[in-house]
Amino acid sequence: MSWEIVIGIETHAQLSTASKIFSGASTAFGAPPNTHASAVDIALPGVLPVLNRGAVERAIRFGLAVGGTINRRSVFARKNYFYPDLPKGYQISQYEIPVVQGGGVAIATEAGEKRVRLTRAHLEEDAGKSLHEGLPRELGDVSGIDLNRAGTPLLEIVSEPDMRSAAEAVAYAKALHALVTWIGICDGDMQEGNFRCDANVSVRRAGDPLGTRCEIKNLNSFRFLAQAIDYEARRQIELIDDGGCVVQQTRLFDPDRGETRAMRSKEDAQDYRYFPDPDLPPLAIDEAWIERIRRAMPELPDAFRTRLVEAHGITEYDAQQLAASRDLADYYEATVSAPVSVELGPAAGKLAANWILGEFSAARNRTDVSIRDVPVSAQQLAGLLRRIADRTVSGKLAKNVFDAMWAGEGDADAVIERRGLRQISEAGAIEALVERVLAENPSVVAEFRAGREKAFNALVGQVMKASKGKANPAEVNAILRDRLTRS
Amino acid sequence: MSEGATTVAGLARALHARELSSVELVRQTLERIAASQALNAFISVDPEGALAQAKAADAAIARGDAAPLTGIPIGHKDVLMTAGMRTTCGSRMLEHFVAPYDAHVVAKLRDSGTVLVGKTNMDEFAMGSSSETSYFGPVRNPWSAECVPGGSSGGSAAAVAAALLPATTGTDTGGSIRQPAALTGVCGLKPTYGICSRYGLVAFASSLDTPGAFARTAEDCGLLLNAMAGHDARDATSLPRPGEDYLRFLAKPASGRPLAGLRIGLPREYFAGGVEEEVTAAIEGALRELRALGATTVDVDLPMVRHAVPVYYVIAPAEASSNLSRFDGVRYGHRAAAYRDLDDMYCRTRAEAFGAEVKRRILVGTYVLSHGYYDAYYLKAQKVRRLIAQDFMRAFERCDVIAGPTAPTCAFAIGAKTDDPVQMYLNDIFTIAANLTGMPAMSIPCGFTSGRLPIGLQLQGNYFDEARILNVAHRYQQVTDWHLRMPS
Repeated sequence: MSWEIVIGIETHAQLSTASKIFSGASTAFGAPPNTHASAVDIALPGVLPVLNRGAVERAIRFGLAVGGTINRRSVFARKNYFYPDLPKGYQISQYEIPVVQGGGVAIATEAGEKRVRLTRAHLEEDAGKSLHEGLPRELGDVSGIDLNRAGTPLLEIVSEPDMRSAAEAVAYAKALHALVTWIGICDGDMQEGNFRCDANVSVRRAGDPLGTRCEIKNLNSFRFLAQAIDYEARRQIELIDDGGCVVQQTRLFDPDRGETRAMRSKEDAQDYRYFPDPDLPPLAIDEAWIERIRRAMPELPDAFRTRLVEAHGITEYDAQQLAASRDLADYYEATVSAPVSVELGPAAGKLAANWILGEFSAARNRTDVSIRDVPVSAQQLAGLLRRIADRTVSGKLAKNVFDAMWAGEGDADAVIERRGLRQISEAGAIEALVERVLAENPSVVAEFRAGREKAFNALVGQVMKASKGKANPAEVNAILRDRLTRS
Repeated sequence: MSEGATTVAGLARALHARELSSVELVRQTLERIAASQALNAFISVDPEGALAQAKAADAAIARGDAAPLTGIPIGHKDVLMTAGMRTTCGSRMLEHFVAPYDAHVVAKLRDSGTVLVGKTNMDEFAMGSSSETSYFGPVRNPWSAECVPGGSSGGSAAAVAAALLPATTGTDTGGSIRQPAALTGVCGLKPTYGICSRYGLVAFASSLDTPGAFARTAEDCGLLLNAMAGHDARDATSLPRPGEDYLRFLAKPASGRPLAGLRIGLPREYFAGGVEEEVTAAIEGALRELRALGATTVDVDLPMVRHAVPVYYVIAPAEASSNLSRFDGVRYGHRAAAYRDLDDMYCRTRAEAFGAEVKRRILVGTYVLSHGYYDAYYLKAQKVRRLIAQDFMRAFERCDVIAGPTAPTCAFAIGAKTDDPVQMYLNDIFTIAANLTGMPAMSIPCGFTSGRLPIGLQLQGNYFDEARILNVAHRYQQVTDWHLRMPS
């Protein structure tokens, strides 16, 4: 009987507020240790938390984007445990009543679109960091604490156990990542830990009730997420096949060895003694606030994709790719709405999608620049696409033009002129080239006449070469065939 | 000593009229404090700082730039953060802790011109009813050195009772201002929860902790409250309310019956035994005076109030167990000198630096919040807490203030109850309800036992009725002199 893998994911998305969730300290990454830690973050005696409304607003935006319920009243609770990087001895989180309940995220699977249901999303604060390496030598053998991250606002997004493979889990994580960055509540930087996933994995024989799950903590790349789930599922299946049974555990993924390791089991799970934080009144969210946020919501990725397919005739796949980030989508929109693109008409959308997902993305990956910093503006790209569409430049040479633009050589027209890349389409010029090539290659001509079609392509290649790639290939084809069949 | 020389109002008049300088006043204050060290009312005294502030106050008065309390010496309970002066909470844990900031009420009183002279002794982390649990030793009652001054704000109460200072701050979580005020014969006011910011008050039980004031007269308490109250954006439980003059009713011209129309509620539960006879007799005497001033009395029922002590001893320790987790030896405060590993560091640090009562409450609080017990204890206690508040709201439909004894006994001997926490807890039986409901209450002197120990009358009001309570107390003090009696 076949095994089914069941996966639920908890995601910690760092909210993109300038200050912390309960203090005025900055959330900026990379500052020297403890320079972004206020009295509240250090938990000096007598200090009190004050909720950052910006964090709540982002949670509401998320709730609206996933079609969840925004609880009009939610409660902050204390999760009590001792740890050196947890200054108060408790983490302020939401327990019984979270800010968002329900909702869902659509993912593309092999079997078509699937909706992953969300259980809840709640606000909480991040802890600080323990530093075990890189401390000044004169301090001796000690660990350090950096509280810069303490109090950073997080939205913990909990899915239902709706995923059935690592691929689905990754599709969900990617869709969620795209959504939180799209609606501007999280910068999505996974290397800085601003978007990290915990995967709950269990296995069962098809049709059986849910198996015992293990939670794999802190997966900060899509690749690790997939590797960890695959490893963990295999481990559990082998365990059961060998007559053992899965013990509920929290596990860590070791990317170097590609395996998960037990961190702690349920038996030594701590009693967090949750209770409502008496320092924070229940969070009240009124209709007017929600409406204000709803009105300011950007078009969501689903609607964006549908509109692109309908308005520009691009494929669902391309639309999906373009919706991967808000910046990419904005770039696409700016390209197709440039005046020169509008003049081009319906062809512009498809051409822009091909180029943005092709050359543009390749160049960006090669040079590792963010879309905001690319050297070719959307207007400039539109200028190049126009020259491709009106055949001023061939598709092949357009790539050279693009590279030159990327290198900062200016607009498409300027590059084409300066480099003399204008396509040769005039029949007279091409005919002259054809005559020259025919005269220089009598044996190839003879082969063609003997019925070898391949020889025709060789002649086309020669003509193109003679034109330094500038001849319009379609014209070359037509004129050459005409010339060879005519005589 | 004349009344004027011991009250805030009298001293302020003298300072503003420049009959007295703040420097002179503070010098006398420091001398009296030095001569009264046996009381152990202070944990820290700052003579240089106080004199420098006094000098600045005199200059401000000379410039005509004085606030109402400019030049008045004051002491703060050592649970309120004072920038640059150590704040110990009466604990070894914070023996050397110097905060980088002022508590909101400390800053407000500083802005009002008060001169901070020192920090007063208290039960460790405000946990206690006798000021005996302080790491810095017990406070003694100025009326009898063998007796406790009550607690937890015992140092603040004793300092005013012994006329070391005209006013001090305190904090009241279950009676920690009112009970010591009663046991030392001074006035102690606990305002409505949320009127005074808790920012900079080291939390014991966050939903109950309330900053307030001690002084010799109700008028002085009002002067202090006028300075301390006000919204603070740094405390999410601080209430955004328009400012008010808590003394506004006192200005009305006195007639023979200034309390005509006032309905005083007498809870049957507060007069049903368990109270020392001399205390009951003094309360009944006070009620006769109040009736003579025109008030009428009406019996009210507070059936749920009998659960106040057990409810309190679930909620307060629960919150305390979490609030005191930050004292872990990692970032500030005491840390054990030697330890094997992290857990050992936590255990030794907290075992060494917390006293027995603090540990007891952390243990109780941890227990009632534990998985499987939360519903039966904490959740149930919160429900009963709401029922108690409903009792009071119903009672206040039939009366304007509620009166009764502040404490069931007068001051007891040092050591008498230290081995019996439950007996100690029962001393707060009448004060705890006002913390559970968040309503204002104060204690004023209303008599003495045959052994010359003070007795306190508690006046409780509905939410935001501080001005009314202060007026009742003031009118009573216009026709009595219990509040002016001084220990020898």
